[in-house]
Amino acid sequence: MNPKKMWNTYQKEIPENNLYYARSCIRQNFFPASEFIFLDIMRNVLGKYVFDDPNHTTCTGIGYHADVVPFDTTQTVIARQFSLMTEAGLENIAVSCVTSFGLYTEVLEMWRHHPEQLERIRKFLYKATKREFNIPKSIAHTSDIMYSCKGFIAEKSKYSLINKDTGEPLRAVEHIGCHYAKMFPSNVVGGAEFPRVLAGMIESWGGQVIDYPERRHCCGFGFRNYLVQANRGYSVSNSQKKFESMKPYKPDFILTNCPGCAMFMDKWQYLIAEMEGETYDSEGKGIPVLTYEELAGLVLGYNPWDLGLQIHQVQCEGLLDKIGIEYNPDLKYADKDGNPLPLPKKPDILIQ
Amino acid sequence: MIDVLIIGSGIAGLEAACNLYESGKEIFLLEKEKNVGGNVQNWDTLFPDGKNARDIISYYMQEIQARQITTYLNTYVTGIHKCVDGTFEVHTSRDIVFKCKTVLIATGYSLFNAERKEEYGYQIYENVVTSADLEKRFAQQSKNQLPNGKPLHRIAFIHCVGSRDEKSGNHYCSKVCCITAVKQAIKMKQLVPDVEVFCFYMDLRMYGPGFEEKYREAQEKWGIQFIRGRVSEVAETLDKRLQVKAEDTLAARPFKLEVDMLVLMIGMESQASTALFQKSCGLKCADSRFIQPYQHHLDSNATNVKGVFTAGACIGPLSVFDTINHARSAAISVSNFLAE
Repeated sequence: MNPKKMWNTYQKEIPENNLYYARSCIRQNFFPASEFIFLDIMRNVLGKYVFDDPNHTTCTGIGYHADVVPFDTTQTVIARQFSLMTEAGLENIAVSCVTSFGLYTEVLEMWRHHPEQLERIRKFLYKATKREFNIPKSIAHTSDIMYSCKGFIAEKSKYSLINKDTGEPLRAVEHIGCHYAKMFPSNVVGGAEFPRVLAGMIESWGGQVIDYPERRHCCGFGFRNYLVQANRGYSVSNSQKKFESMKPYKPDFILTNCPGCAMFMDKWQYLIAEMEGETYDSEGKGIPVLTYEELAGLVLGYNPWDLGLQIHQVQCEGLLDKIGIEYNPDLKYADKDGNPLPLPKKPDILIQ
Repeated sequence: MIDVLIIGSGIAGLEAACNLYESGKEIFLLEKEKNVGGNVQNWDTLFPDGKNARDIISYYMQEIQARQITTYLNTYVTGIHKCVDGTFEVHTSRDIVFKCKTVLIATGYSLFNAERKEEYGYQIYENVVTSADLEKRFAQQSKNQLPNGKPLHRIAFIHCVGSRDEKSGNHYCSKVCCITAVKQAIKMKQLVPDVEVFCFYMDLRMYGPGFEEKYREAQEKWGIQFIRGRVSEVAETLDKRLQVKAEDTLAARPFKLEVDMLVLMIGMESQASTALFQKSCGLKCADSRFIQPYQHHLDSNATNVKGVFTAGACIGPLSVFDTINHARSAAISVSNFLAE
């Protein structure tokens, strides 16, 4: 694609240093190493200061989108995060979850258009906690920051996203969380139609991005879909639509920047394989799904098991072999000292 | 001192020039491009009767040559300044300053850049074209097949691309796109009888003489299908066809359609020079960024700056025949002003 296209005008200023880190509620359960890897790369590889505050809480995003948390409450909770950031002497907030990112942005937009609402929330927060806060100078999703640092990561990388046997770039499907790009397109890298945030990382690290028909389609994670058990068929059907659309392009892996997308696109492949006997790669093993931190960790030469890849439903050894990443299969399920852990039960499908 | 300096030599500037010459005025024409004719040069045929656009240009070129009207090509205006005595100094890229009693702005419009509607994939997918591109293909009598040589089986037209669209900042209707789509859809059916043609529209605004009849003909005689609904996104399939996602608002259902070619009916925008005129002589513009007429009904050629007049689509989207009529009335307004 021609890099001089109109959507390249959707750019944002992304701070890379002195960041207040707002974690996700759910990522540490689904992809436990991703947030750790982000902090490790930022601090120990790139030498940046990131404050990981144990006092911050949920943004209430899941409850807000499920209509069980009123917006005034959400704003006040987010105002409290800002007060913690202010207390830490920081101005830039780095958000790990795309729903939180969307919600923080929505709250700031609300306050920009309705300053009286900002004053109400200041009063609510002070009344409840005696806290005060400054508006952040910038809000970046952590994928924005990784995108901004992609060149430095490429310089320090140990591996490229190249198939070691064919010498061809690996073929990657990127999937952007709806709450990252579709709510406020002007606040993201590349806009809503052709976001560059993940595509830029893939290309910088040697891979090739696939443009397929259902590229922008939602993965189906939408909170109302999965919170209500009866609606989960709707959720999986959305993922299935994407898988079927990408299948003819033979992708080597899927890269996402949303906790829900990564989890569902990984686990729904198992469900569809079990229900329908359908897999979306040529070998019946599924298409590996990675977070951007995991991908950065792989090219930087982190141990795949330290990245938590063994926790994924679709196993990643095939992808590691294509890149030529060294790993010890005996340590796949081991504790930090190398002692073996109980092995998980092996399913009959999607086996590497 | 020149009586009238006409900025722009599209059909509005040319028509006004001929009329003002006949009333005995000394006039100069300025044109920023290397040819006269403006946007009409890019069209093949004109609605509603299929008149050849090149014939219109040829007609005006003969008329201008017969009257030996002085025309400066490759000359763009850098500023219009009103003097204390009510006359004007017009600065240009040639380092020539023209002194004149009146200025007639006939700069027309610029076509909307379809790349701004990135969801439609213009300049990304090879088989997404604009109405202007298609017109060039008609004019060049290109083979009616795709660039890769494959035959056309199904085409879709998307109306209102860059018009009536908040996202692109253009709230106004461009007036001519509906009938142009009907004209081009019929032409495609005439060239490739087996092709299926779909038009996605918000409203069909068939305001002119013969337009409604043409729309009816498109449906009844040519079987063109009109779907009331906006296209949300376009993506390319593995075989280079285009997957269109849309909503049929009359049937109240979303749907997908694969087509071989997609035509974007691009609208009109104010020329960049209008902002320059606004800045240099205080010309008032409407919210649409086109020049605001002094009075819509009784003095639509005058502006808020006494002595500066307009002709044609610099005041907003106009068809070719509306433009010619507006240019004729401009000549009368300027003549009356000079006679005062």
